[in-house]
Amino acid sequence: MKKAKSKRVIPGFGLSLGVTLSILSIVVLIPLVSLVIYTAQMDLGDIIETITRPRVLASFKVSFLTALTASLINAVMGVILAWVLVRYQFPGKRILDGMIELPFALPTAVAGISLTALTTDTGLIGSVFDKIGIKIAYTKIGITVALIFIGIPFVVRAVQPILEKLDSSYEEAAGMLGANRKKIFRKIILPEIFPAALTGFGLALGRCIGEYGSVVFIAGNMPYETEITPLIIMSELQEYDYASATAIALVMLIFSFAILFAVNLAQARNSRIINGGSK
Amino acid sequence: MKNEGSKIVKWLLIGISLLFAFLFLLLPLFTVISEALRNGWAAYKEAVTDEYTISAIWLTVEATVIAVLINTIFGLFAAWSVTKFYFRGKKLMTTMIDIPVTVSPIIAGLIFLLTFGRQSPIYPYLQAANIQIVFAVPGIVLATVFVTFPFISRELIPVLESQGTDEEEAAALMGASGLTIFRRVTFPHIKWAFLYGIVLCAARAMGEFGAVSVLSGHLRGKTNTLPLHVEILFNEFRYVPAFAVSSILVMMAVVILIIRSVVEYRGKGAE
Repeated sequence: MKKAKSKRVIPGFGLSLGVTLSILSIVVLIPLVSLVIYTAQMDLGDIIETITRPRVLASFKVSFLTALTASLINAVMGVILAWVLVRYQFPGKRILDGMIELPFALPTAVAGISLTALTTDTGLIGSVFDKIGIKIAYTKIGITVALIFIGIPFVVRAVQPILEKLDSSYEEAAGMLGANRKKIFRKIILPEIFPAALTGFGLALGRCIGEYGSVVFIAGNMPYETEITPLIIMSELQEYDYASATAIALVMLIFSFAILFAVNLAQARNSRIINGGSK
Repeated sequence: MKNEGSKIVKWLLIGISLLFAFLFLLLPLFTVISEALRNGWAAYKEAVTDEYTISAIWLTVEATVIAVLINTIFGLFAAWSVTKFYFRGKKLMTTMIDIPVTVSPIIAGLIFLLTFGRQSPIYPYLQAANIQIVFAVPGIVLATVFVTFPFISRELIPVLESQGTDEEEAAALMGASGLTIFRRVTFPHIKWAFLYGIVLCAARAMGEFGAVSVLSGHLRGKTNTLPLHVEILFNEFRYVPAFAVSSILVMMAVVILIIRSVVEYRGKGAE
């Protein structure tokens, strides 16, 4: 105890921890506890009945598959974008770098209606795809497009700092020793950026599963076909069926926490790379 | 080292990146502007100066300012206690701080509905005190604070962590007060990260849709924020006004991106 006290030379411990915990309690803890209390009053049978309704199960499938597809595409595109931004010089590079963050800055509802207008069969992009028989808006493809938009900055911003730290002398050495570019990428670059890409993928996946604003407009919201889980929760809430909404929300929460846990594992390895091995 | 092959790969990758950015980032922005101006300036001006739009702008500004204020206070104190002191449960606390960004906005709305809504145990007391939280402005503000909760602390903690505690300890041993240490020693280090956090927080706060949508009563002129107003207009097939209102948010987003770039650039220069 005494030792711990002697460590605290810097003043303000009590005050800052007090303020932190008070605000944390009001904003996060109490609402979470009320969710737990509400769940504890629910009947397990009812919960299982709610989450196994065919329409709810179909929404899990739609949400998961579109989020997974979008995040996989983002993992690949994110690595390419990060690579281009770190390794190459070209006109417009700083603008591209700034634009990557657009999905963070643009309200999701605006992104949603804009992507919808672009991809309906009379839209600029949609009309082109309509000619070859592909419909984007109001299908699962549309949902995936919206989620790609939402998720892209997560991967780019996770991979970029790792690539910046990566010493190119290893690549040069491998090149001298006769390795071709494919081999250099596979054996030297990929193992270094893989955990970061995985982190970005996980963050994007977590965000995409719960995404609502950009998806509701482009999805068409057809039950069993293009109805995402957050929308089902929203409809239950509008009918004041809080028990069903909570039951479905619990499944989503468990899933998000599992992703968060996996991401934290990957991130632990990332920070070792960024801060160097000694730390 | 550079041969023809690597040049082709280089321009191929740059081409893919620019095409992606054009299709997914630039085109949606242009669409908002062109759709907003489809019926000319007069229609645009009418939509933007509509009384419901104006009241939505004010509510959005109000929620954003309060969210930034609360999260600034929280962010500074949380970052200070997490990085300058050792205590039990620190890891648990930082995990709790991150929870709001990992849950779906709809679930964020749901938990506030359960906390303050009709079936909550504290609802009778709130009613007795005549306090309305859900389906009213306080609910919107709370939801906005929640979804942006870790945005500022998350920017500050890594910077303070890498800076260590030596300087603060030295200042404290020389007799400086907490406030002086913070102002003179700590703050100069975190200036840019702090600004960056505020920008991120403001961006997310003004655009929040899902959580606010759950807690708003959707009363035009009363509990309608800009993004909710966009939704109502769009669902009424009033596309030009919907995009005109969106264009306000697009302009705010572009300003935020520019500030962000400047802050990041200056921050890198200051290091």
